[in-house]
Amino acid sequence: MRVAEAWRVALDALRANRLRSALTMLGVIIGVASVVLLVAIGTGTKQKVEQQVEGLGSNLLLVVPGRIEVGTAPVVSPLTLKDVDAVTRVVGDPDRVAVTIASGATARAGARSDFTTVQGVLETTPAVFTRSLVRGRYLTGTDVDTSRRVAVLGDSVARALFPDRDPLGQQVTLAGVRFRVIGVFAPLGQSLGVDRDDEVHVPVTAAQRLWGTQRVDGIAVKAPDRERIDELGERIVAELNRRHPDTEFSAVTQQQILGVLGDILGVLTGVLAAIAGISLLVGGVGVSNIMLVSVRERTREIGLRKAVGARPRDIGVQFLLEAVLLTTIGGLTGMALGVGTALLVDALSPIPAAITWWSLALAFGVSAAVGIVFGVVPAQRAGRLDPVVALRAE
Amino acid sequence: MTGSPPAIEAVDVSRTYQLDGVSVEALRGVSLVVQPGDHVALVGPSGSGKSTLMHLLGGLDRPTGGRLVIGGRDVNALSPPEMATLRNETIGFVFQAFHLLPRTSAVENVALPLVYRGVPARQRRERAAAMLGRVGLGHRLDHRPNQMSGGEQQRVAIARALVTEPTVLLADEPTGNLDSVTGAAVLELLERLNAESGVALVMVTHDQEVAARARRRITMRDGVVVADSATDDDATHLHDRPLSVDHGRPATLVPAPSAEPRSVSGSGPGHPSGGSGGAAGATGRLPHPPVNDRGTGDAGVVTGDGSGS
Ligand SMILES: Nc1ncnc2c1ncn2[C@@H]1O[C@H](COP(=O)(O)OP(=O)(O)OP(=O)(O)O)[C@@H](O)[C@H]1O
Ligand SMILES: [Mg+2]
Repeated sequence: MRVAEAWRVALDALRANRLRSALTMLGVIIGVASVVLLVAIGTGTKQKVEQQVEGLGSNLLLVVPGRIEVGTAPVVSPLTLKDVDAVTRVVGDPDRVAVTIASGATARAGARSDFTTVQGVLETTPAVFTRSLVRGRYLTGTDVDTSRRVAVLGDSVARALFPDRDPLGQQVTLAGVRFRVIGVFAPLGQSLGVDRDDEVHVPVTAAQRLWGTQRVDGIAVKAPDRERIDELGERIVAELNRRHPDTEFSAVTQQQILGVLGDILGVLTGVLAAIAGISLLVGGVGVSNIMLVSVRERTREIGLRKAVGARPRDIGVQFLLEAVLLTTIGGLTGMALGVGTALLVDALSPIPAAITWWSLALAFGVSAAVGIVFGVVPAQRAGRLDPVVALRAE
Repeated sequence: MTGSPPAIEAVDVSRTYQLDGVSVEALRGVSLVVQPGDHVALVGPSGSGKSTLMHLLGGLDRPTGGRLVIGGRDVNALSPPEMATLRNETIGFVFQAFHLLPRTSAVENVALPLVYRGVPARQRRERAAAMLGRVGLGHRLDHRPNQMSGGEQQRVAIARALVTEPTVLLADEPTGNLDSVTGAAVLELLERLNAESGVALVMVTHDQEVAARARRRITMRDGVVVADSATDDDATHLHDRPLSVDHGRPATLVPAPSAEPRSVSGSGPGHPSGGSGGAAGATGRLPHPPVNDRGTGDAGVVTGDGSGS
């Protein structure tokens, strides 16, 4: 009974001061909405990165010179195709080994040109990484063995150079050397702001000749199963260390990459959410302020209620409920606003956003907690008012 | 004595306020007993401590000295929530300023004390509506304070004070904000309810006529009681008070002459001049008095005739 009355009175108080309630809620609304939105963006980005890393192919092992750690300088690769053969012997299956040597280069076709990334690769690439073509065929072993000047274009390169023609069989000039287009990749889209379709694959041997080098940048291995992936990595690194005692090598799995990226994005999301949380705190201070005003305005009412038998707690609960209603209604509105904005951002901008239930639950819980924390002082003050003094208030 | 315990007993009660380091002695040793069904007029010059005493008698405030027992409970031993419950169960307040909740219907205003007693909503409304009927506002249940006249508002406040069936009704200048005609009607209502239901009525008034109608009159000055008709002129009144007299009211019209052990401290002379006014009073309708200085007999109920003066 008493609690029902407290609810009724609290709602009535909010209704009686609509504009004031709305303005007070605004602080909470903005705070909650920005928490929800920023967490959604953080989560969405993380999910997309995870998808892309997983989309590279399963059980992937990337072998590169140097360490994969933030803050370490890149190392000039000492790897050559002989090392690739050695790794292949360790793996035992040439189809599971891919290499890359990449460099930026201008691709031309007729009057059109496009600055893109040229990747020198083995014919195994589509099997090791998950890639598919929309037109033509991929490189063959023969193409690699004979350093044939053939190229497979990424979707955006094909569009840039051949906007109104079928690129198959056409000539492209890469760094001044002519290549024949034999295939076009299916589009992949963007990843972390990078256009993944902006690349051209050519035989690694042709690429080495193009740039006058024997190097390869890195080796990728598709492990036969997940259980032995770490052990395989260790064996490959050991073999490479034996062949190049002066260089360190790292073998990283997708799980490790995901772990590192996830940590970075997690910290980023946390920082953003904390900044947004500060605005929620500011909103809470506003609630506290308005509750003090509300208590002062209704001092006589408090006195009367006490005179007819309201205990200090009854009065306190009434005002605490009012504060919690302010923040939870504000919180729900902010959640709706945050979710709406996140969906819009996800749909209309390249920034991904994903709503998670835990972030909504957290936002609601935090806004209710803000109401309690910032409502408790005004509520206590109301509960402790001396009825005689209160009744005499103006 | 009738044997029933006193409704309120104050023994050497004092109340000192601290104002900027200066002590203000609003009450300096007040002793008095309010019996169930009493009808007391509290008079005295402004600043004599009447309101202060009323707050103490109603458990709104605590004495700084002395002993105060309300409804058998020593307020010095009670916690704030216990005091709240005590007020809810034994005291009804009527204030000069009405103190109705705005934006709240008459029936909800009246039901408010029942909320804090934990009465279910349906019952609350029923009891509040019935009580509004008794004060002649059965047709104003859903009106809000700003849709009612001052007299109507004060009657709502009276209904609120009585809906819990308290033993004592404390009214501090209940007609202070009303014009004389409306005020007289409110006073008559209070007196009738006192007579009908046996609730003790303690009323602060500046009106000598009104004070004269009370069965008992307490005069204060400078924080002390300087005269109390119950004890002063004839101590025998206290001890062999006659039990209630039949005032000629038709019994059928009296809903529940229940708590009749009212003390009648007035001595004979002013006794009911007729059943006519009494009958009107007892029907539960509000009699409309022609003027506010009605004859004492007009109340039609037990009337103190100012014998104490
Ligand atoms: N809260 C307070 N703080 C300090 N002094 C107070 C307080 N309340 C009352 N007093 C003082 O106590 C004395 C008695 O006040 P009280 O209100 O009881 O008088 P009263 O008899 O009701 O007067 P009135 O007829 O004008 O209503 C006065 O001197 C007043 O100034
Ligand atoms: Mg006063």
